Amino acid sequence: MRPFLLPLVLLVLAGAFPFAMHAMDQGFYISFATRVLIYAMAAASLNLVLGYGGMVSFGHAAFFGAGAYIVGILAVEGVTSAWIAWPLAVLVAALAALVIGAISLRTRGVYFIMITLAFAQMMYYVFVSLKAYGGDDGLSLPARSQVGFGIDLRNDFTWYFLVLALLAATLYLLHRLVNARFGRVIVAIRENETRAAAVGYPVYRYKLVCFMISGAIAGLAGALIANQTNYVSPALLHWITSGTLMIMVILGGVGRFWGGPVGAAVLLTLEEMISGSAALGPWALHWQLPVGVVLLAVVLFAPQGIAGLLGGKRHA
Amino acid sequence: MLELAGVSKRFGGVVATDSVTLAVASGEVHALIGPNGAGKTTLIGQISGALGVDDGAIRFLGQDITRARQHQRVRAGLARSYQITSIFRRFSVLDNLALAVQARSGSSFAFWRPVAREAALFDEARGLAREVGLGERLEVLAGNLAHGEQRALEVALALATQPKLVLLDEPMAGMGPEDSQRMIALIARIREQVTVLLVEHDMDAVFRLADRITVLVNGRVIATGAPEAIRTHPEVMRAYLGDELAA
Amino acid sequence: MTWILFLEQSLNSLQFGLMLFLLAAGLTLVFGIMDMINLAHGSLYMIGAYFMATFAGATGSFWLALPLALAATAVVGAVLEISLLRRLYERDHLTQVLATFAIILIANEVVRIVWGPQSLMLNAPAGLTGPITLPGGMQYASYRMVIIAVGAVVALLLYLLVTKTRVGMLVRAGASNREMAIAMGVDIRRLFTAVFALGAALAALAGAMLGPILAVEVGMGENILILAFVVIVIGGIGSIRGAFVGALLVGMVDTMGRALVPIAFAEIFSPQAASNLGPSLSSILIYVLMAAVLFLRPQGLFPARG
Repeated sequence: MRPFLLPLVLLVLAGAFPFAMHAMDQGFYISFATRVLIYAMAAASLNLVLGYGGMVSFGHAAFFGAGAYIVGILAVEGVTSAWIAWPLAVLVAALAALVIGAISLRTRGVYFIMITLAFAQMMYYVFVSLKAYGGDDGLSLPARSQVGFGIDLRNDFTWYFLVLALLAATLYLLHRLVNARFGRVIVAIRENETRAAAVGYPVYRYKLVCFMISGAIAGLAGALIANQTNYVSPALLHWITSGTLMIMVILGGVGRFWGGPVGAAVLLTLEEMISGSAALGPWALHWQLPVGVVLLAVVLFAPQGIAGLLGGKRHA
Repeated sequence: MLELAGVSKRFGGVVATDSVTLAVASGEVHALIGPNGAGKTTLIGQISGALGVDDGAIRFLGQDITRARQHQRVRAGLARSYQITSIFRRFSVLDNLALAVQARSGSSFAFWRPVAREAALFDEARGLAREVGLGERLEVLAGNLAHGEQRALEVALALATQPKLVLLDEPMAGMGPEDSQRMIALIARIREQVTVLLVEHDMDAVFRLADRITVLVNGRVIATGAPEAIRTHPEVMRAYLGDELAA
Repeated sequence: MTWILFLEQSLNSLQFGLMLFLLAAGLTLVFGIMDMINLAHGSLYMIGAYFMATFAGATGSFWLALPLALAATAVVGAVLEISLLRRLYERDHLTQVLATFAIILIANEVVRIVWGPQSLMLNAPAGLTGPITLPGGMQYASYRMVIIAVGAVVALLLYLLVTKTRVGMLVRAGASNREMAIAMGVDIRRLFTAVFALGAALAALAGAMLGPILAVEVGMGENILILAFVVIVIGGIGSIRGAFVGALLVGMVDTMGRALVPIAFAEIFSPQAASNLGPSLSSILIYVLMAAVLFLRPQGLFPARG
């Protein structure tokens, strides 16, 4: 029970959060918090392939955006059931990860970084060119997905709790995965790929499966982000978004379990605090500046990230 | 057990291994010696599957493995240790060995059950550690081991896959006299269970352990035979052993 | 598909390719010699364009502003290298990616603060705004011809510098084997700063020359940076020759693709298909090219590293 103490406390706090906000008449922050939770999921998925797997994928936004677009396109075509759209988003993202991973994982080092980046850009351009679905301007969804059972996701409270539940479930599954055989092998491959192969592991296969799982989770996060704002745009697939996800993972602590969620929370909160600050006046628009400085500082002086500074265990 | 027929490897204009033909019989300790740059590590790479074969064929236990992938050869019973220590430095000794044992016991596409619960893996890992003399060092991070201990771990990792033939690439590299004696004793112990193809520069070890010796110079086999025959072989003495024996 | 259209697109390809080469040359040198991935190279391109627009506005002369902008950007590049980037040489690629990504964010905001969020006006030099008549009777924008000329001359100078001078030999030695260059007693630190400043100047030149054609705005660097990376991956990291061939190839595929694919689609399928699929297909052509090159020759076409 002990190892689950921290997550349980966090869960309780997260559960109480919307009620507290509502009581303080700060309803807006519920929506903000939901956004943080969604990006926490996306960052956690990147942390799996980047932190645990050591694969520097600079094209993760492709899976995130693809998931979002599947939900968006289906919604516009009249398919609004979450039970159809969301699994489909995950499936499409996983397939994209399979194809992109199958090709990219044959390269290594900087070539891998470049080729994942290139594939993500390809997908970006594909979606930009879909004039029927908004093209460059993006696509508005008529409403959030339908879940049935009388649950109305248009209610921000309900939406928050659903996202929280999904994030908790995802993190739990990830927790089991990294401690299971698969997780060990992935980390071993990251540590010493030659030795892992010499000991008998078909390294390529493991990396590919890890890549696919990571992509699938990013696809789910994408499905959620489409619902969050009822809007999808090609910017979700842009390499700047991939970079943002990477920043979250690094800030939070690459390879540490809570790295993704911590990084997402810190980055988005920082962004919100600075850009929303009345005290900063017109300077608030330039929130990317302190973000850049903080990132630079972390990268240069605290490579283990915030979770690392707080004593999070590095997996292996 | 292992047969090489005319195996060659070229890197651009350089011929690293040149029509190498040799055979390792089951149960023997076969030593591969030669001056630096003779192509020994390249040959080991070709046998283990890390490097390709430009010409020739390799047969293991009767099967042609020339095109087989590395992990397939490991599954078939062919394991290797590295000349430059290649271990999982940030894992403990126990975890290093458990990982190797895990590779051959069932699929690791398992996402749910925590590895910590698989006592069998860790028991076997402990046994392996004891066999190579690391029984008291299980919790130490591999990167923090002394050099001699790391080389022992190298050998243990090769053994963890339960091979029939183990390729030991300079296991005594960089070792002092005490560690070397321990390694010689270790190899003498493991030869009871596995066939060994040993690449070494340490002539003391080679002549103590080997049943047969093959000499490689400039990628070519210049002699194969029993230790005494090699010791007195004129070409070998000229090309290689002459300086060593005189010293 | 007319002959004139083909010729026009060929010239456009050449123009774009040569500018890409200027950008890619600096990138590949830094990558090849210092083993550093520099995402902020696009920011130097942007700063070059912004300096150019400012100096051109202040002096009223395009050609006077050009060397000023190049020098200013080279200084910025050198300062950046000395103060910050040289800490990254020993770090892994991921760290470099993130750190230089951070620099992009910072640079974009600084430019926004100093120059404001709207795009700047940069005009082609007076007297070159009209078309020029080529042999054969075809009309082509005279400024674009100037870009081709400038690009070709600089490419030639760079080639001579790298192959015929002592400095160039040091650069090539550094690109193929850094340890050896150090062992030969080369003052690595100064060489690195010089290489970086040169790359910055080249990027600035590309930015300044393309300014009148493309928009001078924040974020202009990111769009073209990724093309530059594709160029050096195709050409081979560390190789100027590779950057040249790669840039011309990419310039050609991209320009021709955008022009020809919609036409081909309209002929073969329908105008509908052309406007729907054409643009996206032509955009992804260079990435397909890169994937193909990586598949067939993973080290690029002219790998500098032995």
